[in-house]
Amino acid sequence: MMKLFSEKSIKKALTVIAFSAIAALLLIVVFIILEGLPFIFKVGISDFLFSSEWEPQMGRFGIFPMIIGSLVVTLGSMIVGIPLALSGAIFLSEFVPRWAMRIIKPTIELLAGIPSVVYGFIGVMVLAPLIRDYLGGPGLSILAASIILGIMILPTILSISIDSLKAVPQSYREGAFALGATHWQTIHMAVLPAAKSGIIAGIILGLGRAIGETMAVIMVTGNAVILPKSPLYSVRTLTANIALEMGYATGMHRQSLFATGVILLIIIMVLNYTATIAIRRRVGKK
Amino acid sequence: MIIRPKYTQVLAVSLLVLATLATLAILVFIIVFVLGKGLPNINAEFLFSNPEDMGRAGGIFPTIVGTVALTLTAICIATPFGVGTAVFLTEYTRESRITRIIRFGADCLAGIPSIIFGLFGFIFFVTYLRMGWSILSGSLTLAFMILPTIIRTSEEAIKSVPYSYREVSFSLGATLWQTVYKVVLPNALPGILTGVMLSVGRSIGETAAIIFTAGSSLRTPHSLFDSVRTMSVHFYILAREGLSNEKAYATATVLIVSILMINLSSYWLMNRFILRKTK
Amino acid sequence: MTDRSKFIIENLNAYWSDVQVLRSININIVSNKILGIIGPSGSGKTVFLRTLNRLNDLVPEIRIDGRILLDGKDIYDPDVDPVELRKKIGIVFALPIPLPASIHDNVIYGPSLSGIRNRHKLDELVEKSLKSAFLWDEVRDRLTTSAMRLSGGQQQRLCLARILAMEPDVIMLDEPCSGLDPISTSQIESALTELKKEYTIILVTNNTKQAARVADNTAFFLMNEMIEYGPTDVIFTVPRDKRTIDYITGRFG
Ligand SMILES: Nc1ncnc2c1ncn2[C@@H]1O[C@H](COP(=O)(O)OP(=O)(O)OP(=O)(O)O)[C@@H](O)[C@H]1O
Ligand SMILES: [Mg+2]
Repeated sequence: MMKLFSEKSIKKALTVIAFSAIAALLLIVVFIILEGLPFIFKVGISDFLFSSEWEPQMGRFGIFPMIIGSLVVTLGSMIVGIPLALSGAIFLSEFVPRWAMRIIKPTIELLAGIPSVVYGFIGVMVLAPLIRDYLGGPGLSILAASIILGIMILPTILSISIDSLKAVPQSYREGAFALGATHWQTIHMAVLPAAKSGIIAGIILGLGRAIGETMAVIMVTGNAVILPKSPLYSVRTLTANIALEMGYATGMHRQSLFATGVILLIIIMVLNYTATIAIRRRVGKK
Repeated sequence: MIIRPKYTQVLAVSLLVLATLATLAILVFIIVFVLGKGLPNINAEFLFSNPEDMGRAGGIFPTIVGTVALTLTAICIATPFGVGTAVFLTEYTRESRITRIIRFGADCLAGIPSIIFGLFGFIFFVTYLRMGWSILSGSLTLAFMILPTIIRTSEEAIKSVPYSYREVSFSLGATLWQTVYKVVLPNALPGILTGVMLSVGRSIGETAAIIFTAGSSLRTPHSLFDSVRTMSVHFYILAREGLSNEKAYATATVLIVSILMINLSSYWLMNRFILRKTK
Repeated sequence: MTDRSKFIIENLNAYWSDVQVLRSININIVSNKILGIIGPSGSGKTVFLRTLNRLNDLVPEIRIDGRILLDGKDIYDPDVDPVELRKKIGIVFALPIPLPASIHDNVIYGPSLSGIRNRHKLDELVEKSLKSAFLWDEVRDRLTTSAMRLSGGQQQRLCLARILAMEPDVIMLDEPCSGLDPISTSQIESALTELKKEYTIILVTNNTKQAARVADNTAFFLMNEMIEYGPTDVIFTVPRDKRTIDYITGRFG
């Protein structure tokens, strides 16, 4: 009887524990929203989102430049990262023998472990001076941030794409080869379409990582609150805005940073949801 | 007619090779560059003495202690919850709406940017629960952050334990928990440890979530309620405020080497795990 | 020795989702005898065994009805704890499945679940069980090595020893010799003949000759039904049903 009881209480305890992830998520969402949402209502959502004036001391809270900053930097990182990651994934999964993959893939994933502050530092020390000397501008710029972020999200996209390319059944390839296609034609016509939704999921996860990245971006974008006119301009992202001012913000100012967090959270949730659906579609097809 | 596809093939493959090489070259460059500049400045004194003049001189000892304390505490908090969730999902329930909700929650949590964790940790642990800037606030925040990784990897590890072992255990008169405790968890241990190691690596490299929750005190901590500065926060401050590039490279080197070592050992563990299973 | 019933099974049906996998089985299983169950693949022998120790409870797709009395008590009564029941009814599966632990730890798995901690008692149990399973002489010097390193035949005898250590009432074996060579097979058969003095044994086998050699009674399963049941010599010499003759003489697929 004693044993039955403990068996039951273990089950109860595990059931409670199993909700920890959900509880954590809710706690985060609720506290960020509680702190940020009243502010958005007070200032007005359109002023908050679409005004370009960010002067917290003067009571002006427009995050439009930061939204644009996040968007261009993320877009730039995609332009840098996707072609490299996809080419790498195709080459590694289709042309490289299994034993070499066993070395290369872990290497890439190991490199994913390099902290973002280190990437940022490389951006400051190596990339920004190059850009300043050869292309002009302050160096710390959209271009620098795009390249650094593009490199940072490479491992994410690369390894998910490799997984989904590897998951394409061998029969697809054999079918194309049987029709006399070259290896490249086979990849192009049979393999890529079959792996498409997995690759898209990888890209979306990379996108989420790029939008959410903070420390590297703070170091290489220059953080100017302006609407950029070229890739050589300095910008400030949503994440950088939070991290830069959190240290000393109080009152309305602090609430505005939480409100920025709310916007960020919404963007990320939408992206994750899309990625989940893309992944589910891939699983469903199998 | 027959040659054209061949040309495309050669062209495409060369481009692919180039892109792959470029990718690998960039990543290798980063490591070599940092280690090249950092390694010459690392010695016992750097590792074991206190920083002086805001970090312009001296060593990084307190930040090493801070990193270890924060990471260990976070792991100790997150592991029971993560493994418990995985056990519940795999052993105590069948696929249902509830398991889908739990998995969805974990996925969402995994996608939240670390700055949001930082904001949350600051408002919830530091302010609302009045823990202040401390190891405790920082590690609780980190624990939230690494929870999904531990859930995921533990679930995979548990699922890979053959069903027949469970059946044998039940047939010998074991209860569900006895089976989990004596058969499932021991056999899933290497896989679970892999996830824990990956989380350690992530915690060591984290900055944004920690700087607003654990603070940046340069004193060596004596209790869970002391503020600490981790290696990555220290590195960030050195680099951003331009205090000392020399010390920054050296700190980055220690950071990278410890993360690489941890990730490597988790790969080693994983491989041993797979080898043993296929044997 | 008088014939006492260990199991009385009345009108047992089992369904896998909607498919009936056992059809009104009625059988008395006699104490301290070996019951051989023969029948072609897919006839329901394994499902039958697994209903007797309620291992099918773990498979949500399986539903059963009918009565199974163990020593006069219905094992599907709500007050019966399946965990305690399984301690009384050991099963050896078709494939030897040692747990990835030492030989010693495999044998004491069952007893230690019941809370036996005394080392001396456990060591005694290990020796006794391994001896009864005819394995002791081969492994006495390496009890702490991994059970995974034993040969298939040794592993299967280890599985037998593992349930003997629980000191059960009934031993069920599901085609225990299907992957084994003739020597390992005869070792297991000798073990069983010894063991029936203390235990009731149910032996499912694909090998009709094995049933003829060791079973006291034999049941013939076909297409989810029990076609015929009786003393082994009767079943093998003058069966009542034509299908039994066909199966025994190998005229069946
Ligand atoms: N996992 C399963 N899913 C669905 N039906 C199953 C499953 N396992 C067994 N069955 C069905 O249950 C019936 C009885 O199977 P059982 O395993 O008892 O046969 P058996 O007599 O033990 O055969 P064998 O000699 O091959 O072991 C079969 O018709 C089989 O199709
Ligand atoms: Mg069977």
